[in-house]
Amino acid sequence: MTSAVPAAHLAELNLAKLRFPLDDPRMESFVELLNPVNGAADGAPGFVWRLVEEGAHDATALRPAGEDVIVTMSVWETPEALWEFTYRSGHLEVMRRRREWFDRHVEAYLVLWWVPAGHIPTVDEGLERLADLRTNGPSPRAFTFASTYTAAEAVDALRADAVPTA
Amino acid sequence: MEDIDAIAALQDPVRRRLYEYVAGQGREVGRNEAAEATGVARTLAAHHLDKLAEAGLLESGSRRLTGRSGPGAGRPAKVYTRARAERSISLPARDYRTAAELLAEAAEEAGLDDGLCAAARRRGEALRGPAEPCEDLDAAVELLAARGYEPHIEATGDGADEEASGSVSRVVRMRNCPFHAVAERFPPLVCGMNLALLEGLIGADGAVRARMDARPGECCVIIEASKNNNH
Repeated sequence: MTSAVPAAHLAELNLAKLRFPLDDPRMESFVELLNPVNGAADGAPGFVWRLVEEGAHDATALRPAGEDVIVTMSVWETPEALWEFTYRSGHLEVMRRRREWFDRHVEAYLVLWWVPAGHIPTVDEGLERLADLRTNGPSPRAFTFASTYTAAEAVDALRADAVPTA
Repeated sequence: MEDIDAIAALQDPVRRRLYEYVAGQGREVGRNEAAEATGVARTLAAHHLDKLAEAGLLESGSRRLTGRSGPGAGRPAKVYTRARAERSISLPARDYRTAAELLAEAAEEAGLDDGLCAAARRRGEALRGPAEPCEDLDAAVELLAARGYEPHIEATGDGADEEASGSVSRVVRMRNCPFHAVAERFPPLVCGMNLALLEGLIGADGAVRARMDARPGECCVIIEASKNNNH
């Protein structure tokens, strides 16, 4: 029997605009949840990778999208695995209380896209996908939980893009 | 099969008992077990279980119930679980689900979590009426069962101190989310609403409290003993 090696993994980038600096007492309840929730992600079924700053436990000090914007980026085996962690683990409590700690987003703040299994996306890559989503809406290149595309559709779209239009 | 036909399949009392038994276990159930639990002959149980599967109310599969595999493990037995699909009918035709989804979408876009939770908490309190806050987990189970949450008490084994002291802590978990379809589309908003509703229903400052503890396939809220009392 051959074991099927998944050809594609799902990457996720999320931006959260802080209402107060992370060392502000009003953010204390959020900061307290960081380690337990990140630990839960590391042990969640289907978890592959998440962005951390070198020498740190998380990526909260990286501010590639602005001084007051924290980013999370991760890779999962399937969209279901990411969904279950995001909304059916201790992470849901963070989501439920999101308005206490973060400003409401006017533009898209979460983007999903397919990467070849084994590929670790860069933050720039994630930001490009988010820009794509914001400009063009959901597509096989960049999408959301509400409008997902399969890895096969993403491959088809890549091929279509590569075909020279004569 | 039309929803109305599927629901009509539950009219038979034996079939209904079997459906409720399987649904209440939250796992795969074999024919023998279902027959014994509902007090009917195995062949009759098998007949009705298959009718329920045909109607799309149960899903069937096969599994070696011995837990062994390979040669000598015995023939796989037929097992049943509740189907995930929802069935509903409304006469005359009404579509509250679309209304709920549109309202949730608008509330999500406008960031109305606080207002929604306040309304849910008020509704929970109104449903409780003049009753005192829930006094213990068994009372909570009764209250939640009446609202369709399918509660069950679970012993939690994660507290080493508790095991050492000999007391096992118990929580109420719920197999069903009454807001499932909308909760799947807008989880933080609708799960937050559900928590607030249950907080109102259980009552504040009582012996038990509601807390979010999401895990796959269940309601995201649990009911547990309040930490700051001696109940």
